[in-house]
This record gives sequence, structure tokens and C-alpha cells, in this order.
Amino acid sequence: MQTRKSLEELQAIARQIRRHIIEMTGAAKSGHPGGSLSAVEILVTLYFGGVLRYDPKRPDWPERDRFILSKGHAAPVLYAVLAECGYEAAPRELLKTLRKLGSPYQGHPDKRFLPVLEASTGSLGQGLSLAMGMGFAARLNGNPSRTYVLLGDGEIQEGQIWEAAMFGAYHKIDNVTAIVDYNKMQLDGFIKDVMELEPLVPKWQAFGWHVLEVDGHSIPALQAAFTLAREVRGRPTVIIAHTVKGKGVSFMENNPKFHGVAPTPEEVELALKELA
Amino acid sequence: MPLRTRYELKLGMATREAFGRALVELGRENPDIMAVDADLSKSTFTYLFAKEFPDRFVSCGIAEANMVGVAAGLASHGKIPFAASFSCFLLNKAFEQLRVTVAYPNLNVKIVGTHSGISIGEDGPSQMSVEEISLACSLPGFVVLAPADEVATRALVRAAAEHVGPVFIRTGRPRAPIVYSAGQRFEIGKAIEVVEGGDVTIIANGLMVAEAIRAAEMLDAEGISARVLDMHTVKPLDREAIRKAAAETGAIVVAEEHLVDSGTGVRVAQAVAELHPCAMEFVGIQNTYAESGPPEALLEKYGLTAPHIAVAARKALARKRGG
Repeated sequence: MQTRKSLEELQAIARQIRRHIIEMTGAAKSGHPGGSLSAVEILVTLYFGGVLRYDPKRPDWPERDRFILSKGHAAPVLYAVLAECGYEAAPRELLKTLRKLGSPYQGHPDKRFLPVLEASTGSLGQGLSLAMGMGFAARLNGNPSRTYVLLGDGEIQEGQIWEAAMFGAYHKIDNVTAIVDYNKMQLDGFIKDVMELEPLVPKWQAFGWHVLEVDGHSIPALQAAFTLAREVRGRPTVIIAHTVKGKGVSFMENNPKFHGVAPTPEEVELALKELA
Repeated sequence: MPLRTRYELKLGMATREAFGRALVELGRENPDIMAVDADLSKSTFTYLFAKEFPDRFVSCGIAEANMVGVAAGLASHGKIPFAASFSCFLLNKAFEQLRVTVAYPNLNVKIVGTHSGISIGEDGPSQMSVEEISLACSLPGFVVLAPADEVATRALVRAAAEHVGPVFIRTGRPRAPIVYSAGQRFEIGKAIEVVEGGDVTIIANGLMVAEAIRAAEMLDAEGISARVLDMHTVKPLDREAIRKAAAETGAIVVAEEHLVDSGTGVRVAQAVAELHPCAMEFVGIQNTYAESGPPEALLEKYGLTAPHIAVAARKALARKRGG
């Protein structure tokens, strides 16, 4: 269990995670830095901000909360966070082996190589269904475990997400919280130019979900939203987290190029200076 | 002494119904057994489980992709979910979910396809499933089962629950002839010799086992001694039984209610090629979709009855003798 951290401490961790993401993708020469950087505060709040109940020394603890990175291409942010948590299976010194043969840090999350992961992901649209099954089983088992699932905004164009959304409301899966990393961009460009999602809040509301909208880079706002989500009974909560793709590095912010392209060595140097 | 004289091939219950009943039995023994369904529980017979264990029955609506993901989530928490639907919808619509959410992390999910093959009958090709053996076998780590009758289904559903890892069970809509006596033992990966014979081997599964037994009787009348192997486990294959059949009879026919170029036959042929090449013939659905009609008429029209199997056996035998 984590000790309560101050906002300054949490922001320092977020900066550290961002440095890892830049160094990892830079060393790998491929990967998805943009959508990793946009999700940093979300994961830092979950893992270090008093939200997730977990114990790095007991990764199999049955009552631990689960986190599913449904947008599996943002694997670097999850790897960096797990390493900072101190999981033995996720050594910090191996972060730069991202995407290399035999690395625990595969291109997309792979439980076979990193057993502390709760799910193998990478094919978009599937994590919410998995979370629903986990939530259903936990309730049936009388297990207080909660499940958190991070969805990409482009990802929710997948039809399976809405099958799972219907399921969650119908079965009153209130121990699941979904977060949409709403950075407004996807691989081919801006969401609005590829397949518009708006009006997004009414969509989730119409599917029977409790919907919260927050600044996805504000740790206190995220903490408050997670607290509210935990208190809602009878329906699942989705947190629409407004974020900036590439957040924290000036030349990567809102730049579609960095969805799936790693920074060059020069760009790594520049980015690390900004994140010092 | 051939075993076949013991068989009268009385019509039993459908294998889908045998699955539904077996699941209830398992549910009484193990509180972790669950049923997951996509608005077909009356057809898949999971409604029996739902009636007795409403809390452990998960209704997903008509949403197979989500259903498979939900089953995976249940398995992640130690449950043993049986997700059932028509084979065609489950394997085709949710194949990607079976691949990434179930097979890839090797989760303990059981997938039960009902209404397999063309013997679903009048509903026609959109509801028929003639490619799911191929799809299921292409998932690493999956066990793939195709029981012949109610006895086999009951035993193999139990074996599937005891096996740790993903399993696909193929069941059918029509009532199936009873091949086995109640005490028959089944083991995943172990074929059963239902008829002894030395001239030619007929390897079959599902409804085709009964047809293969009838074919063996027809051949017997001509003085041809045909062995019948029930290859109820398509993956992992019983390679030793196949090697023995090839070595001892020198001619093999594979009969299946599935596309002939992507099912049990090609998998058996691969084993034969590796272990002991011999003359082979294949009975199955030929590169086409079937049509509406009574199951018996469809099986006859699409070449899946005993006389067709006997023709294939004579061909294989002639090649063996000619070669």
C-alpha cells in the first residue's frame, strides 16, 4: 500500500514517468509516445494518488484492484508506472529494452512476458468487456476488488465498447470505472476528421452510465472523480478525461506525428531538457 | 471380435442438450462453474443452468464479442465460464476476441458452439457452421472437442471443466444416435476405437461417428474390415492412434461435417504425412455453402452419410492395394 503523497510529489512522479516514456520510445526507435504522454496523470493518480489498492510485493493478492490498459499501444506509460511502483517483475533498469527481443516490455502489454499485467491488450475495443467480466466475478465472489480500465478516444469507435457499455449498465457493474483518454487525436489525425465521437457525454449517459468530465492532467480533479466513482451504486462510471496528446513536451503536444513515431535522439535530448 | 455388434445406434438426445444437462451437474459440484449466453439460452440449453443457478448465469444479449470478453474477465477471477452460442456466431463473430482476450493470455474459458455443421437443417447456411474446427484449431493452446453423442458430450464437458486452459466444444442441433454405453471413459486427446478392423480406418467425429459405424457395417457385408476411430479431440490430435491406423490398415478415410479442406481431415493428413504416409480419402463439405432442408436430406445431398463414406473407403483401399 502506498503512503499518501502530496500534489508536488505526484507531479514529480508524473515528470519522471514522462522522462521514462521519452527514453524508452527513443531507445526502441518505435512505439507510441503521444498517447502514453496524454495518460500520465491518469495512471499516476491511479497508482500513486491513493486510488488503486495494490501491493507490489503480493501481485497475486486476490483483493487487489485491477487495471486494464485497453489502449494497449500506450504500453510505455504503464511499464514506467509499474517499474516506479517497485514490482519485481518490472525492473526499472530494463525499461530501455522496450520492444526488444525477450524484454518484459513487449510492444503491447503481454502477460506472458510481464505476469503482473492484468490483461494482454493491443487489439482495440476489448478491455471494457474484460473489465465487465472481472467486475461481475468480483461481485459474485464478494471480493471488494475494483476494476479500472483506460480506453483510448479513438478506441471507443469500436462497436464492442458499446456492447460492453450496455452490459455494464444492465448488470449494474458499479465496481468498474472506465476512463476515456480524450486527447482528440487518433492515428490518422484529429478524431473529428476521422470519426467524430461528439456528443460523447450524452452517448455514455444514454447507455446508462454515470459520467464525469475532468481535466485529465489535473491530479486533484482526477482524484475527486475517482472518489465520486467509488461512491456511485447501481451503475458503472466513465470518466471523460480531457487530455493533450504528447502532453509535457512542447513539440510533441497535439502533433499527430507522435501517435506512432518515436522521438529521434535529438528530440529525446530536447524533450528531456523540458522535463528536467 | 468386432465391437460393432454391440451398437444399435438408437437415437439419443442432441449433443447441445447433453451439454446443457452436463453443465447443470457440474454446477452442482463446483460453485465456480458459470454459464454465459447471448440470447440463445433456449437453443444452447444453458437455460437449464440459468434456472438452477440464476446468479451464475450471465446474459449478454446479442453481443458475442462482448460475451467472450466477459467470459475472459470471469476466468481472470477464478471462475470457470462456459460461453455458449451457435458455433457460427461464436467462432466467426468473436474470433478476434477469442484470439486476443482468451487464447493469447491462455485464460481458462470454455467455448461451446451449438448448431454446428449443416445438420441444423431448415435455418440454412447463415446459421450453419462449417468452418469452426479450422478457426478453433488455429488458436494456440486451445483444446478442440467434437463429441459424437450424449454420452461423449457429458464426459467431455466434464473433462473440459477439469482441464485448465481454453477449450472449444462443438455440439449439434439434431438428436444424435447413441454410440457409447454409459460407462465409456473419455480422455482429452485420446481417440476411441469404436469398431475394430484391419483393412481400412475411418476416422470421424461428431455426427459422422454414427455414419462411420454404419459404413463399416456396409463394408463388412462385402468382406472389408473397417476400423472406426472416434477422433473426438481434434486438438491435440491422438497421433499414436493415427500412426497405428496408418501402419496397421494402410488406408484412412476421414469423415467430418465441416469444410473438407480445413477441418479434422487436413490435420489427420498432416500427422499421417509425418508419421506413416498411406492412402487417404476425405469426406466433408466441398467448398460450398449448403441450403435449407431436413438434416437427413442435407447430409445425404452434401455427401455426409454412410454410403458416401463406404465409397471413399473402397477408393482408399483400392489405392492401397493398387500401390
